[in-house]
Amino acid sequence: MSSLDRSDVARLAALARIDMTDADLDRLSGQLAVIVDAVAKVAEVAGEDVPATSHPIPMSNIHREDVVRPSLAQDDALAAAPDAEDGRFRVPQILGEEA
Amino acid sequence: MTTMTYEQAMEEFDPVFGIEVHVELNTATKMFCGCANEFGAEPNTQVCPVCLGLPGAMPVTNQKAVESAIRLGLALGCSIRESSRFARKNYFYPDLSKDYQISQYDEPTCYEGSLDVVLDDGTVVTVAIERAHMEEDAGKNTHVGGSGGIQGADYSLVDYNRGGVPLVEIVTKPITGMGDRTAEVARAYVATIRDIVRALGISDGRMEQGSVRADVNLSLRPKAVAGESQDDVPFGKRSETKNVNSLRAIERAVRFEAGRQAALLLAGQPVVQETRHWHEDTSSTTPGRSKEEAEDYRYFPEPDLLPVEPSREWVEELRGTIPEHPAKMRARLREEWGFSDLEMRDAVAADALDLIAATVAVGTTAQAARKWWMGELSRVANDREVALTSLPVSPAAIAELQGLIDAGKINDKLARQALEGVLAGEGSPAEVVESRGLEVVSDDSALEKAVDDALASQPDVLAKIQDGKLQAAGAIVGAVMKATRGQADAGRVREIILQRAGVEG
Repeated sequence: MSSLDRSDVARLAALARIDMTDADLDRLSGQLAVIVDAVAKVAEVAGEDVPATSHPIPMSNIHREDVVRPSLAQDDALAAAPDAEDGRFRVPQILGEEA
Repeated sequence: MTTMTYEQAMEEFDPVFGIEVHVELNTATKMFCGCANEFGAEPNTQVCPVCLGLPGAMPVTNQKAVESAIRLGLALGCSIRESSRFARKNYFYPDLSKDYQISQYDEPTCYEGSLDVVLDDGTVVTVAIERAHMEEDAGKNTHVGGSGGIQGADYSLVDYNRGGVPLVEIVTKPITGMGDRTAEVARAYVATIRDIVRALGISDGRMEQGSVRADVNLSLRPKAVAGESQDDVPFGKRSETKNVNSLRAIERAVRFEAGRQAALLLAGQPVVQETRHWHEDTSSTTPGRSKEEAEDYRYFPEPDLLPVEPSREWVEELRGTIPEHPAKMRARLREEWGFSDLEMRDAVAADALDLIAATVAVGTTAQAARKWWMGELSRVANDREVALTSLPVSPAAIAELQGLIDAGKINDKLARQALEGVLAGEGSPAEVVESRGLEVVSDDSALEKAVDDALASQPDVLAKIQDGKLQAAGAIVGAVMKATRGQADAGRVREIILQRAGVEG
């Protein structure tokens, strides 16, 4: 059974844009490994004949009619934004690290 | 950077390509919320907690979008999965408000199809479709400062009006064996998809507005040596050129990438597997994200949405709404209408097929319908810089106009004046003819007087006609037309002249 090692956690942290110190990585790789191993236990009892569960409630085809409903006003949409300009969300430079 | 020409590259290598086409659906609302799906509104005025990704907001699938996706899948010959689900594709980019895009991953709604693509010379290429899945569009970034491009911008401004607009992404299987026709096939494939989504009425198919967008994957592999099958030669490393948004650009992107990769390979350098940006101005590509880093999307099933399980009855009902393949329809219409290849190609290019078909459907001959739409009306549309389909005149009006000509009420010249009135909003062709007094003068006594007046002023003409020089009558016809301001029936005028000369027409 493959567990999660320190480099996996470092990679996930990088993908999730979370800064982690060496101490964080040590601590969390131990904790996450416990969770991953626990989940892996389930795979031992779920055979080929047990379909994967994507949703715990046995329902499907809950759709909505294609009818327009009111949207937020621009001011309301931007109210919680850290920064805005010209009716748009203002965000820091993108891809700066790859330019 | 050194590149080779496409032709040189094709001499040396065997190309393999694949295309991902994103089709923006023309539903009234977004994929998972009731915000309007409409282009051109003020920024961030078609947004709500769902498409802004605010905490606790729950998406609900748009039934019409599901229907459109299934119809598109059926038109592409796909199987429709009995149970499909949505998945979260995780990545960080500010045009994605939730930091994930709702897409489909291991259980796409439509899978395993095939599409016949007809090339200009009539060759039919069958493209295998891997899948067609539903997903949501992202918002629109505007980069500010620096060069204005994504690289070197100081900051970006984001408008989420487009975020959450329904998309269907169509993915081909790797297409092999096209050799130097690769660029042509790539273009024809995307053109066919565009025609199909228009025929289905599920998207306006406007590439210039981004409602059909293509990503082009291309790799090169060595040509098989003697005794070896090309199929046994492993694929090379591929590049993925993003957002190639015109048919011409697709052809050019394939040509450029083939030349770039061939030059690298011949110089003994590796092709990097990466995303590349297309630059219309220079017809070239530059590197974007490197694939190894970017492709870890950590997909998992979307817990906020339920599976889509279309009943077989519904799927069969939708199958009944699938229109004829555009290429087959064109071949049939060309046959029915008796158009030449050139006439047909021009009509297709002008987006006039539906207009001609509708005009023919109400009783006009195909050639007369073609003459109006491809002649006078195309000229007017061109002058006004609008699409032919946006002119304020209906196929029924054109049929009426032609009917007035056929009945001898007006001639071609008067018909053009009547059309001018119709385009100016003065009413139907018959109404314009009436209000502008355009009817031809068919009152014989008036015509006879005009003929006699003209003959009197050119006394030698009668003798010439009696001598057998019938073309001399033209001068009198011209004079009569002038005197009646174009409203005489030229054929009738000619008859009267010949009667006066005592000869048979």
